[in-house]
Amino acid sequence: MPGVTKTLRAGRSASRRGTEERPLTKWLLISTALVFTAVFLLLPLANVFAQALSNGFAYYWRSLSNPDSLSAIRLTLFVAAVSIPFNVVFGLAAAWAVAKFEFRGKSLLVTLIDLPFSVSPVVAGLMFVVLFGLQGFLGPWLDARDIQIVFAVPGIILATVFITFPFVARELIPLMQAGGSEQEQAAMTLGASGWQTFWRVTLPSVKWGLLYGVILCNARAMGEFGAVSVVSGHITGLTDTMPLRVEKLYNEYNAAAAFAVASLLAVLALITLLVKTILEWRQARDFIRAQAGGKTVDSDCNANGFNNP
Amino acid sequence: MRMATAKHSSLPGFGLTLGFTLFYLSAIVLIPIAALVLRALQMTWQEFWTLATTARAISAYRLTFGASLAAAIANAVFGTLLAWVLVRYEFPGRRIIDAMVDFPFALPTAVAGLTLSSLFAANGWLGQWLVPLGIKGAFTPLGVAIALTFVGLPFVVRTLQPVLQDFEQEVEEAAATLGAGRLRTFLTVVTPSLLPAVLTGFSLAFARAVGEYGSVVFISGNMPFRTEIAPYLVVMRLEEYDYQGAIALAVVLLAFSFVLLALINAVEQWASRFHR
Repeated sequence: MPGVTKTLRAGRSASRRGTEERPLTKWLLISTALVFTAVFLLLPLANVFAQALSNGFAYYWRSLSNPDSLSAIRLTLFVAAVSIPFNVVFGLAAAWAVAKFEFRGKSLLVTLIDLPFSVSPVVAGLMFVVLFGLQGFLGPWLDARDIQIVFAVPGIILATVFITFPFVARELIPLMQAGGSEQEQAAMTLGASGWQTFWRVTLPSVKWGLLYGVILCNARAMGEFGAVSVVSGHITGLTDTMPLRVEKLYNEYNAAAAFAVASLLAVLALITLLVKTILEWRQARDFIRAQAGGKTVDSDCNANGFNNP
Repeated sequence: MRMATAKHSSLPGFGLTLGFTLFYLSAIVLIPIAALVLRALQMTWQEFWTLATTARAISAYRLTFGASLAAAIANAVFGTLLAWVLVRYEFPGRRIIDAMVDFPFALPTAVAGLTLSSLFAANGWLGQWLVPLGIKGAFTPLGVAIALTFVGLPFVVRTLQPVLQDFEQEVEEAAATLGAGRLRTFLTVVTPSLLPAVLTGFSLAFARAVGEYGSVVFISGNMPFRTEIAPYLVVMRLEEYDYQGAIALAVVLLAFSFVLLALINAVEQWASRFHR
């Protein structure tokens, strides 16, 4: 939380002689940073919209309203809407078990929860092909019952769930651990049931962290490419998600249309950043308020939400 | 491993939540990983080794690791610079840049690859200046490194920022009072305490780059022996219905990410001991 420390530091940094760079060095460092961000972050973003509109607005609109693009948009929304609730329920359950109880193997469990971040998306996709594909372990059994998982929508959902598996849990675990369990115990003593305690005490206290996790989970779910590409089968109009549609249009030498679909995903990224930043500022403000009120600080949105490979 | 019963808590739901967590973790993560490894174990060692070390695979590993290393080094340098500037200086646009640092995480990798390849193409915004100078960013190994640098950019910044914020400036003041120049203070006082965080960020960026697929396939051109990365080769084998080949390569990548994960944990533990 840059904002907080900044404010705190402003108070005590009356004298800072000899601990600052010379103005020229400082100016050089700042301009290098600005040029680097401009070239590496702003230019790619601006280029998406410039290329998307390179054939005019009418063409842009036609590319988006094309039935195959529309079906890709629908599939992406559907996959995200199905995968996120799974990971939210899992995240809440895992955080409750890890934060409120002591048991052996807890740190191993937390490490295992982060595991999907270290697996290459392509390898993740391949795992589901190995399990459910025709050559796979369950393939013949599924085929005999006419159930198709890979190269169909269920496979896309499974791959997405795998890729986004840790997001909600790793937001909630530190938050609920820091919160302790005194409030829940008080509620139970006053006669609340377990569910009531969870709904009325725990959930409200972690709601912003939960939202934060859901936002990151959603961004990754809608944008996932590698894992989904392996299990999708690339059937136009049926199993193409938005990122896969982008690739297909690009390979058909229709760059403007590819960028048109990509521009929607870029807008999604911008909205994600905006909500994330607002949540972090909010957290910083609560932090200052809590300090001013002399209360203990018990929540901290993990600013490294996306981090970890 | 036995999951012992809950201690010290009168709250309900331990069995339910832990049971569900373990069930879900097994179904989504552990069983699929085990299935892949099991399939690889069904091959003989000879078969596995032949498939995992074909000439094309070796050149793909070399590019994947080389470009990832280059990208992680670039990120360590620019990430440190960016974190320093964001924490230490006040300038217009600071908060926007701070928020934008996460952009590579938020942007779908396919979109990143698409726009980077168009930027560095001969008629792109950057390519039209760079290509005449002989700097070809699209469809070259350099392009792979560029895409991987973009994807890994936030790691070093985000691991270093909190460390820099907590850094006691009194230490720097003391060094300055004792007569050290700014550069000397930076090299002998500041650098050693930032190094563990930079190293952690570096290894996170490296690990991410090795597995990266989406952003690279657009910019690299995927030419065998030249610009083909290992994850792409996995997909190629799969499309050729060469399941054994795909599985062998995937297991190599998987083993590598687990080794790296263990290393990162070790570095993080070392770093946290360094700080408290």
